[in-house]
Amino acid sequence: MTAVVDPQAAADPLPPRRRNRAWEKFRRSPSALLGGAIVLFFLIVALLAPLLPVPGPTETDWSAVRKAPSAAHLFGTDEIGRDVLSRMIWGAQASLLAGVVSVLIAVLLGVPLGMLAGYMRGWTDAIISRFTEALLAAPFLILAIALAAFLGPSLTNAMIAIGLSAMPIFIRLARAQTLSVMTEDYVESARAVGIGHLGMIGRYILPNIIPPIIVQATLTIATAIIAEASLSFLGLGQQPPAPSWGAMLNIAKNFLEQAPWMALYPGVAIFLVVLGFNLLGDGLRDALDPRDN
Amino acid sequence: MLAFLARRIIIAIPTVILISIFVFSLQHLLPGDPILVMAGEERDPDVIAALREKYRFNDPIPMQYLAWAGNALQGDLGISLRTQQPVLELIGEKLPVTIQLAVMALIIAILIGIPAGVLSAYKKGTWIDWVANIIALSGLSVPNFWLGIMLILLVSVKLGWLPASGYMPLTEDPLQSIRVMIMPAFVLGTAIAATLMRHTRSAMLSVLKSDYVRTARAKGLKERVVLIKHALRNALVPVVTVITLLFGELLAGAVLTEQIFTIPGFGKLVVDAVFNRDYAVVQGIVLCTGIAFIFMNILADAAYRILNPRMSQ
Repeated sequence: MTAVVDPQAAADPLPPRRRNRAWEKFRRSPSALLGGAIVLFFLIVALLAPLLPVPGPTETDWSAVRKAPSAAHLFGTDEIGRDVLSRMIWGAQASLLAGVVSVLIAVLLGVPLGMLAGYMRGWTDAIISRFTEALLAAPFLILAIALAAFLGPSLTNAMIAIGLSAMPIFIRLARAQTLSVMTEDYVESARAVGIGHLGMIGRYILPNIIPPIIVQATLTIATAIIAEASLSFLGLGQQPPAPSWGAMLNIAKNFLEQAPWMALYPGVAIFLVVLGFNLLGDGLRDALDPRDN
Repeated sequence: MLAFLARRIIIAIPTVILISIFVFSLQHLLPGDPILVMAGEERDPDVIAALREKYRFNDPIPMQYLAWAGNALQGDLGISLRTQQPVLELIGEKLPVTIQLAVMALIIAILIGIPAGVLSAYKKGTWIDWVANIIALSGLSVPNFWLGIMLILLVSVKLGWLPASGYMPLTEDPLQSIRVMIMPAFVLGTAIAATLMRHTRSAMLSVLKSDYVRTARAKGLKERVVLIKHALRNALVPVVTVITLLFGELLAGAVLTEQIFTIPGFGKLVVDAVFNRDYAVVQGIVLCTGIAFIFMNILADAAYRILNPRMSQ
């Protein structure tokens, strides 16, 4: 005989005790905290860009072309006398925006499709799964390059391209999680008391699949930031003169001998912010993993 | 095994069809008349009319797709606007360069990633494990195009040890070819090494806890024998599958690596095609990589079944 489970109580994705334990675990992980701190730092820098005491990112100073780092220009200047630090600060906006928006696109399209496949099963699942496999078959960056090429080069199109390329991961994840939640007793009980499809998905399935999606989204932001930098490096993302770390590296590679600082700092920034999201994602995964709690 | 392969190939057919529909649809994302864009600078009405006829642009879209797919099935992926060569021929020309780069990168990745993973699992919780994990995470976080730029700066510009760019076919001068490719292969292999290290570590950790490893130790076998012959051999099963699946990552990484080191391969072909608005080449490349990826997936499944006979029971 199946035990009667209160569907409402059981549907809480993380009961208070487990939520506290997850937070405790996260708090005790130095690497997760370091990741969070790095991400927070870049977020604050990006948000405060207009208020920081640096020259404008497109302001040129022809008397200070390719000047090495100094008190006047902490990270030096570029090939047309723009302040590298200022362009990096403003470039953080483009990178973080691209990372977050493209993952939002992937999540908002991928999660409903994955839930639909897992919930409906049958033909709906077969069609969505084949579609996902087809999208997964083209390597992430090649797909993003192809889409950016046909849509035209711009930051918005790069974000759309990265979002669409990242979508299959979320379809698969949401589908697998939905299939596993569907076997739980409280879902059976909810179905037995006659709750409709929308109620089931909204109240019982979605809240329970959120934790792994948050973890995957955090890790995918890291991949998306590298993808945006790669597209901008190839000239398919943010267009000049607007600042972006990838585009800065694209120009810097032509001045390696004369101005190595132009290539050094934007790369360090991409590395740090991606490392931050990776550490944060790993920390969240460990904290939210029910097997370890 | 043959029945398994046949079943996998049949399952893959709808996916291939979907990829082809997707690749075909790309040209309809172009603003304006795709034929005018595809014709590029060529504004000769005869050429445009011929293209329109060839791609059935006056027909309804499903008929256009069937015509396009029919041509693709016969190996006709169109003509490159820039070189006037058939797209398939162009891909065939560039592919060996990228394969050499990818194989070298994979060898470097295996040589670094697997021993590091084994060591890290064996020394779990010690500073060695900690350092290996930090290096692996850094390898995953560093953008490979930046790593390439920094290595050019250090190894080529400052130290003058290796050339910063160029390519030499392996068949002409093997030593010089490896010398030119070693730095790009290292750059491309870094992220793969990090992924392999993490997978090897986690597979080793679960194998080291197993009963047969405990038995092997209880029998008094040397630790090295236990580690390599008993543990690693079994831990490598999932790792081999991961290696096959890393193909996509290798190809995507090659796009950037070839761009930085000016290597005339597949990756450079796609970037040049994008900038020359050589859309047939872009479509051809996406289609070919998609099909190759599916093939690699089937290969991964087959490898997994061969290495793990319990799967076929």
